[in-house]
Amino acid sequence: MQRDSMANTFVVAFVLCGICSLFVSAAAVGLKPYQDKNKALDVQKNIIAAAGIAGDQPLTAKRVEELFKSIDQKLIDLETGDYVEEGKAKVSVKTYDPRKAAKDPNLNAPTKGSAFDIGIGAREKYAFAYLVKDDKGELAQVVLPIYGKGLWSTMYGFLALEKDLKTVKGITFYEHGETPGLGGEIENPRWKSSWSGKKVYDGDVNDTNIAFGVKKGSPEGDEKQYLVDGLSGATITSRGVDQLLKYWVSDSGFGKFLKKLSASQGGSNVGA
Amino acid sequence: MSAPKTKQLLLDPVFKNNPIGLQVLGICSALAVTTQMNTALVMSIAVILVTACSSAAVSLIRHRIPGSIRIIVQMVVIASLVIVVDQILKAFFFDVAKRLSVFVGLIITNCIVMGRAEGFAMKNDPKASFIDGIGNGLGYSFVLIAVAFVRELTGSGKLFGITVLQLDRENGWYNPNGLMLLAPSAFFLIGALIWIIRTFRPEQIEEA
Repeated sequence: MQRDSMANTFVVAFVLCGICSLFVSAAAVGLKPYQDKNKALDVQKNIIAAAGIAGDQPLTAKRVEELFKSIDQKLIDLETGDYVEEGKAKVSVKTYDPRKAAKDPNLNAPTKGSAFDIGIGAREKYAFAYLVKDDKGELAQVVLPIYGKGLWSTMYGFLALEKDLKTVKGITFYEHGETPGLGGEIENPRWKSSWSGKKVYDGDVNDTNIAFGVKKGSPEGDEKQYLVDGLSGATITSRGVDQLLKYWVSDSGFGKFLKKLSASQGGSNVGA
Repeated sequence: MSAPKTKQLLLDPVFKNNPIGLQVLGICSALAVTTQMNTALVMSIAVILVTACSSAAVSLIRHRIPGSIRIIVQMVVIASLVIVVDQILKAFFFDVAKRLSVFVGLIITNCIVMGRAEGFAMKNDPKASFIDGIGNGLGYSFVLIAVAFVRELTGSGKLFGITVLQLDRENGWYNPNGLMLLAPSAFFLIGALIWIIRTFRPEQIEEA
């Protein structure tokens, strides 16, 4: 067979493609368990970062595991705001994957009808919430997973609330595909830190007046309690963040759970 | 053509025939990943591996590659290797992989890799091609790490993430140069580096 003949060209192309694809798929499949482990660890790190309990030490896998001892992972039925006990729901708490559930017609619920728009048609029925305990085992803060559409992508992150359940402790975004330097600035530590201390509601947790969010332009006077300056050059991303935050603390999201949790805390902070 | 010597193959691309310095290839990633030593080092290792392995692989099959599709064949080999490297990074160096993000994937379009496959590996045996790949990867790494050293030190007062110069905002004395963290600074530094290399090796100066 001639090297430059048509037949040889095809043979070389096919054989090469075959070998290369085998090689690539072997790597992808063989390394998947390690990658999944890393991803899970990354999510845990972000929960810790949102809660701001990392301290000065570097976050190694061991340290994450240690810190996670003081974090209770609970599955919440968003419809009722109750905890889901193992074995009582359609899903297993241990293997539940919220992202898959959001796409599964049996496990998701439409987001229509909410006052806020996360840009995605359906969300999962059950979601995890992370209860962070202090040294004495009392609730110190709650970390909630949040997500919604920005300009290009779905932004995934965490929102940490203080134990009064109406003050923002911290926010992180760990996965998004927004424009680097513009919308991508949602990852900027300085912008993220501007959230801490913002009041979620004007009133208390039982009052559904959700007041926190993103404002175009600098918040002034009273607004400073609730609003954060939007990112310049990233109007749609900022709007997305604004909507998704409001959505997830509203009754369409974790609102019912937060109210029940507040009541179980004795509701001591109502109106404070 | 006499067979080039190993030492020559390995060291020539570092100073004498540097892919960034003389040929001005691979600038894109050199701008993007040099804000920190860590990312620059991982990127360097990835590029060395990919260049060496792809050159060796292309050289191994060089007598079978039909001329009409040789560039595509080289691309397929390079792309496969880059994907494998990316997967390995994601599995074992997740943090760095996250920071390098798309730039690992963009090794595919790094002209150095392709340039060596087409320019050297197609005409030489696998062993020489492999060493040539390492040499050119080293040349790239040399520039990358030199630039990253200056950028991280002057931009954030650190080396490998360890504070060397105490920053004034953390009660130190050093006022970091924010420009060094932005892409244009890499242009200036690479330009300065090329200037230095050409001062010592005037034969590299092109006629205006």
